[in-house]
Amino acid sequence: MCGVCGCGTDGVSINKPNKENNHIHEHSHDGHTHEHSHDGHTHDHNHEGHTHHHHNHHNNQKTVIDLERDILSQNNVDAARNRGYFEAKNIFTLNLVSSPGSGKTSILETTLKDLKETLTFYVIEGDQQTLNDADRIDALNIPVIQVNTGKGCHLESDMIYDAVKQLKPKENSVLMIENVGNLVCPSMFDLGEQKRVVIISITEGEDKPIKYPDMFDSADICIINKMDLLPHLNFDIDKLKDYALQVNPNLHFFEVSATTGQGMKNWYEWLKKELKQNQINNA
Amino acid sequence: MHELSIAMGIIKIAEKETKKANKTLVERIELEIGSMSGVELSSLEYVWETAVKNTVLENAKLVIDYKEAKAKCLECETEFGLKKMYDSCPKCSSHFKNILQGKELRVKTLEVT
Repeated sequence: MCGVCGCGTDGVSINKPNKENNHIHEHSHDGHTHEHSHDGHTHDHNHEGHTHHHHNHHNNQKTVIDLERDILSQNNVDAARNRGYFEAKNIFTLNLVSSPGSGKTSILETTLKDLKETLTFYVIEGDQQTLNDADRIDALNIPVIQVNTGKGCHLESDMIYDAVKQLKPKENSVLMIENVGNLVCPSMFDLGEQKRVVIISITEGEDKPIKYPDMFDSADICIINKMDLLPHLNFDIDKLKDYALQVNPNLHFFEVSATTGQGMKNWYEWLKKELKQNQINNA
Repeated sequence: MHELSIAMGIIKIAEKETKKANKTLVERIELEIGSMSGVELSSLEYVWETAVKNTVLENAKLVIDYKEAKAKCLECETEFGLKKMYDSCPKCSSHFKNILQGKELRVKTLEVT
């Protein structure tokens, strides 16, 4: 069982979309004690401090270990490794998070359709079950890997590591990670991404940001989707932005409709600008 | 959050470190938990006894160093206590802040024999 949110992460599987589904990779995931072949020295990490052993003067063989170990430390260590890999290969990685049904996959589809001639994309899809999302991306001829978390409710950095090993993204590309639809747990798990994109649709409540502050706090930008439905709703966009800015004053907003294409151009411009900046930073 | 699973995460860390030190039991475990870490202390204490049965933590004394959340305003540098993530500076009402403490969720020390 995942040691943080209680979901069962045994039986995580990583698959290619149905078109070429001859390669099923079973990945047994043990939460925080997932052992990697080079483990052993990963504890001596500068943000974990170092372990101290004190022997006291009593004769009862008691040892005090100063641990200062974050309960989520293993994921952070793996995320740092992913981040280093992405920086070395200049792969601009984004983590897309939202409630189920906000439109992550639709936004991805429209973005890929419009930009695939200009940029090289790779996609990692995360869902509990099915290859449905990966199949949608695959239909656009974009290389994609589906991670099925089984009972799991979020992606973790070691799943990304395993998926990337199969995906083999080229240098100077864009990697989109579509996380499991969930506004709670994914906020706690660094995947090694450069930017985190929180997506909310206007069919949800304006107070979502203060109900789920950790997610909005951890995001870099917020895409507000389904703008084509605005005439049919009593939705107050300014109220939504106010709530979101209370939690994260640095948040930038994009108002889009994945289905009509409205507003997508600004999101594309941000994407291209950040990609360029990322290349400069990594040079 | 899910306090039982937090307990299990702590047990995993304790078991690993106890084994590493070539010891068998934990006598005392000190946790550092922030008021905004998402963990309900009373829930954690409630599930602790059941969770640690038959583990290295079974008879360990549980000590929790609870950190009240504190933030520093990025505009006027006032330090203030934080009750909610979206609280603003009591002096200048800005929402731009650095969280100084309150999000800790860690195992601080283990006393093993």
